[in-house]
Amino acid sequence: MNCETWQAKLDAYADAELPAETMRSMAEHLSGCPVCTAEIVQIMQLKRVTATAGKRYTPAPELRARVRRQIAAKPARGGWQWALGLALAAVVVIGLGLAIVLPSRTAARDRLIAGVVDRHVTALASASPVDVVSSDRHTVKPWFQGKLAFTFNLPELAGSPFTLAGGRMVFVDGEPGAHLIYDVRKHHESVLIFQDRGDFARLLPSSEKEWRSRSFNVETWNRGGLQFFVVSDAAPEDVSALAELLKRAN
Amino acid sequence: MRDPGGNAEFEALALPLFDSLYNFAHWLAQDRHEAEDLVQETYAKALKGFGSFRPGTNFRAWIFKILRNTFLTSRTGLSSAHTEPLEPGDEDRLLPVSAHTPETLVITQDLGEALQQAIEALPVPFREVLLLADVEEMSYLEISETLSIPIGTVMSRLARARKSARQKLIESGYEQKKGTAARR
Repeated sequence: MNCETWQAKLDAYADAELPAETMRSMAEHLSGCPVCTAEIVQIMQLKRVTATAGKRYTPAPELRARVRRQIAAKPARGGWQWALGLALAAVVVIGLGLAIVLPSRTAARDRLIAGVVDRHVTALASASPVDVVSSDRHTVKPWFQGKLAFTFNLPELAGSPFTLAGGRMVFVDGEPGAHLIYDVRKHHESVLIFQDRGDFARLLPSSEKEWRSRSFNVETWNRGGLQFFVVSDAAPEDVSALAELLKRAN
Repeated sequence: MRDPGGNAEFEALALPLFDSLYNFAHWLAQDRHEAEDLVQETYAKALKGFGSFRPGTNFRAWIFKILRNTFLTSRTGLSSAHTEPLEPGDEDRLLPVSAHTPETLVITQDLGEALQQAIEALPVPFREVLLLADVEEMSYLEISETLSIPIGTVMSRLARARKSARQKLIESGYEQKKGTAARR
């Protein structure tokens, strides 16, 4: 597919409205196309500003009171029966809400973790897993400048079993992020860093930080407005060790 | 028809949407009094027709649709329809957007106000799609239900609305200058 065909799908991609397969191919295209990447970043930013700027008008309190009276003016049940009806309706609504929200949130969280694991696997399967090839954090970190709207620190690795292999841009659910690859013994570990706009915190409960997805170990945490993920098929201790180094650096 | 006394159920579904409905009404009508009338009329119609609402279907799309149809039959709505035909295909004439997005937009803190003006300037069919997508965070399917238009039209209108808003912002000075953020 040429770039023009992708361009036509950028808005739908930003809205996560493309079929899963197309979302994946688009993410792959984005990782190699600076033109589309710049475009998608703009769309995402505009979406975000619109979300705030669009909440422009606040109703007058009197209007709310009038509407409430309007609804109440159609009484059907009296006294305690009405109260009972209200209570029952509330229970039903809350119950339905929980039944809908809880599984969909779990599903969304699993999708997010699966998406992160996918990026790790795709990068390693690629002929060029990283776009900036360097073991020097002072080379890799500046490479992301101008590509991402946030910054982060990379840890000093002296005395640790880890070496930095390099970095690349990554997209998960339309969010641009940094993808770093570290080597430890014969394994590779991916570190993905995103700016958290509240979605991650909402999906990932703070009580659970470690996950297993398709035999990969995933550790994630939130610090300074950034969401970090470490993914690897290495032992959980190796994942935690790299996570610790990153936490200390940020 | 369900229990006609289901006011509590209606209230539990409809009142949490009050702020959003008002905001949307004000964006459409561009006038506080008209927006207030629209919201009141919407609640009256919705309460009256609540028996025809099918439980399990999308209440938000249902009530937004009532609001939007009420707007379209209001004086402002009718006059906007005169200048803004809703037929698909007429959109190119309605909202000329250059084929290439010219410069890169610099997103800065004080962008909000300029963006509000850009949204205001959009013809209603584009303004409503943009607001439902990016402010109400409705899915394309929900938007297509609310506006009774095909999903393909939702997509094309939304893309054009965003492009046009960006173009307006760039015209009003939010553009990339030699790699630095600058306001003319």
